[in-house]
Amino acid sequence: MSDLEQFRAETRAWLAENCPEEMRDGDITAENQCWGGRQWEFQSDAQKRWFEAALAKGYTVPTWPKEYGGAGLSADEAKILTEERDRINARKPLSNFGISMLGPALLAFGTHEQKLMHLGAIARGEIRWCQGYSEPGAGSDLASLKTKCEDKGDHWLINGQKIWTSNADISDWIFCLVRTDFDAPKHKGITFILMDMASEGISVKPIILISGHSPFCETFFDDVKVPKAYGDDNLSVVGEVNRGWDVAKNLLVHERGMLGTMSPLRGATGPENLGGYAAGEIGVDATGRLDDPSLRQKIAQAEIDDWAYNLTVERLNDEANAGNGLGAKSSMLKYAASELTKKGSQLRMDIGGTDAATIGPDGIEYGSLANTWLYNRAYSILGGTTEVQLNIISKRVLELPSA
Amino acid sequence: MSLILTEEQEMLQDAANGFLAENAPVAAFREVRDSKNPDGFCRDLWKEMANMGWAGIIVEEEFGGSEFGYVGAGVLAEQMGRNLTASPFFSTSVLGATAVQRYGTAKQKEQHLGSICDGSTLFALAVDEGPRHRPEHIEFAATPHGNGYKLSGAKTFVADGHVADKLIIAARTSGDANDPSGITLFLVDANAAEIERTHTPMIDSRSAANIKVDGLEVTGDDILGEVDGGYEALEGILSAGRAVLGAEMSGSSQQAFSITTDYLKEREQFGQKIGSFQGLQHRAAHLATEIEMTKSAVLKSLQLLDDDFESASATCSMAKAKSGMTAQLSTQEAIQMHGGIGVTDEYDVGLYFKRVHVAQQMFGDAGFHADRLAKRSGY
Ligand SMILES: Cc1cc2nc3c(=O)[nH]c(=O)nc-3n(C[C@H](O)[C@H](O)[C@H](O)COP(=O)(O)OP(=O)(O)OC[C@H]3O[C@@H](n4cnc5c(N)ncnc54)[C@H](O)[C@@H]3O)c2cc1C
Ligand SMILES: Cc1cc2nc3c(=O)[nH]c(=O)nc-3n(C[C@H](O)[C@H](O)[C@H](O)COP(=O)(O)OP(=O)(O)OC[C@H]3O[C@@H](n4cnc5c(N)ncnc54)[C@H](O)[C@@H]3O)c2cc1C
Repeated sequence: MSDLEQFRAETRAWLAENCPEEMRDGDITAENQCWGGRQWEFQSDAQKRWFEAALAKGYTVPTWPKEYGGAGLSADEAKILTEERDRINARKPLSNFGISMLGPALLAFGTHEQKLMHLGAIARGEIRWCQGYSEPGAGSDLASLKTKCEDKGDHWLINGQKIWTSNADISDWIFCLVRTDFDAPKHKGITFILMDMASEGISVKPIILISGHSPFCETFFDDVKVPKAYGDDNLSVVGEVNRGWDVAKNLLVHERGMLGTMSPLRGATGPENLGGYAAGEIGVDATGRLDDPSLRQKIAQAEIDDWAYNLTVERLNDEANAGNGLGAKSSMLKYAASELTKKGSQLRMDIGGTDAATIGPDGIEYGSLANTWLYNRAYSILGGTTEVQLNIISKRVLELPSA
Repeated sequence: MSLILTEEQEMLQDAANGFLAENAPVAAFREVRDSKNPDGFCRDLWKEMANMGWAGIIVEEEFGGSEFGYVGAGVLAEQMGRNLTASPFFSTSVLGATAVQRYGTAKQKEQHLGSICDGSTLFALAVDEGPRHRPEHIEFAATPHGNGYKLSGAKTFVADGHVADKLIIAARTSGDANDPSGITLFLVDANAAEIERTHTPMIDSRSAANIKVDGLEVTGDDILGEVDGGYEALEGILSAGRAVLGAEMSGSSQQAFSITTDYLKEREQFGQKIGSFQGLQHRAAHLATEIEMTKSAVLKSLQLLDDDFESASATCSMAKAKSGMTAQLSTQEAIQMHGGIGVTDEYDVGLYFKRVHVAQQMFGDAGFHADRLAKRSGY
């Protein structure tokens, strides 16, 4: 048996023993995932057991080095772990912005002290992070941000506003882009800084979305004092002052990579396939074909697209692991995934007809088709809009001339 | 298994790329077309391809093949799609070789595989009987006659059928016209007196034939696979064909797109490169994304054919559908983004446009495969 085959056998056995039945429904939604953080309470005993087993093994962040709480798995081993987890439909033991976004950026740009302090806490699910990038005047044009950060000797003084800060109200810390130099060209005066959300002067206000719910907030900074270093020499700034754009860009690649790995048609509202769902709702004719030929073609095309998309995630990751980094191609995945996600939930609404379009006594029910459909509109906006991804592909991948 | 080419497969790709760009570029295809070459391809070129082991690319070494499998065949087809190389590769080395190697008797393998590998015998598959691909609808009759059968009927769009030495014919031995069981495959000599072949040049300047068979007597030795069980074999052959056509269309998409992006970088209008207009950039970026998706779909289907042939059918269908949609988009956009020059015969993009249209029609377009997928998934 090769080392990898051995690893697969061990992983399979470990999962069989440690992943509780209840964590194997494959139906991964925002609600049933384990997010971690100071305010986190496990939703079930099974969720807690699964998390603890994974943590002990370093499997909340399997590819991170062991000294920072990971299992130090190679890319091949990590792929096997994912495959084996998918095989039994197991949920991830822990997921949040710390794992998918800040962690990789810290691994690339952080000092040893920063990594020790923050990565371990992320791996252990102790700290939940939110992302303070967007501002009312800086969305797609992120680098035009204005939140002001002044050097006050032993600390930084921050004033300004962020918007669309997902889950700011239940997060413990924020990674944030601030302007430290207003005179430099716009990309050259930005700094990447880490703050405790409990700091004096930070306040948050939820934003209600068209789905009627709100994981999003406006975040205000009013004379917030951020120490230059936490403890001895654990700096609050990641990378160099005024060079935060490099960190920000690296993080966006990970964000898009993460957003680009969702399984669009399945993720929408459950594990069943779209066609099966449609056959159940609409019925089939005497030859077994869905009793709505135009919808049938659209569903089949979407399933073909979804299938090709999932293979592309796999292929580009295999290519990246073989040495050609994913780079700007992550924008292709982000673009395809968000458009397909919207298409999937649109089709589910069309299949459901008037049943899917009803409203309950408390408004549009959380987790309903309609709720998901409305929420999914945001996929082609958050993390960089579809248009911005297409701009990036044009410039970075195709190297088309700029205007 | 990783969804990337192995080192060996990459070397094959480089070699194919180099050889075709030099010996069989689009200009060579134009020459075949403009000289009204009756074969529809250049026989010397085919000989050279056979010498390099391409004709026997999927054939096992013991029969003289180079045993590169379907991924290898796809790698070649992709490069041929880029260069619009015309050759009997598809009909002989993919369809013919798959049919004989997978479903032939020991005797048939002994008899035919060697001559496929050395390029001396050309094969063609005769399946469709109307203008739309419907492989389960077979009226072509095989009626019992003595110890064997008598074949009578007509087939359309038999790719390379006009030059083939051997024909594989799907005929009905029992059941009604739409019954997939009751189909049997026959491997016959294409030059038999009872076979009448009409050359039907296609819009992509490739060649096919309509064939009519009137009372051709065949024996049990001419049967490929099982009597009444030919549909399964046909499915296998078509699956291989679909995946490899997918690879060819993927190559054509990539090349048409690359010609187009080069043009976008150089053509100026309104005082700037047209590639700087967002209206074109976004369409190009969308197309680039679709091309990436297609590459994955095609590679996966080829890998499955090599790993677990029997289970590859649905995946090959999906690869054919995806590559067909992308190829259509890529070549339509190639013409549009070139403006007026794109619709001239002198410019290559129109050739790609015509080729992928025919390749789409062959063995089922995207709609056909979407239907098939839906049926298979129970809706
Ligand atoms: C649900 C949700 C969650 C989010 N979570 C977070 C978060 O946690 N943290 C965070 O910092 N931000 C978050 N965001 C913000 C998100 O990143 C921004 O909304 C996004 O970058 C778009 O910016 P904008 O909304 O200001 O739109 P705008 O930039 O004003 O764009 C408006 C329209 O113009 C188009 N456009 C803009 N520029 C161009 C161009 N150059 N070429 C072509 N078209 C263009 C856009 O594509 C869009 O269609 C979230 C947003 C949403 C909706
Ligand atoms: C069959 C045919 C008949 C014709 N007959 C005549 C005739 O009788 N008399 C005559 O004078 N002309 C005629 N024309 C020429 C025709 O008007 C031009 O082909 C047309 O104006 C496009 O110009 P172009 O071919 O130079 O393309 P280009 O201008 O080079 O365009 C190339 C591509 O860039 C795009 N593009 C260009 N500018 C922009 C922009 N600002 N924003 C976004 N995209 C842009 C175009 O849409 C196109 O996709 C004919 C052309 C054809 C094909």
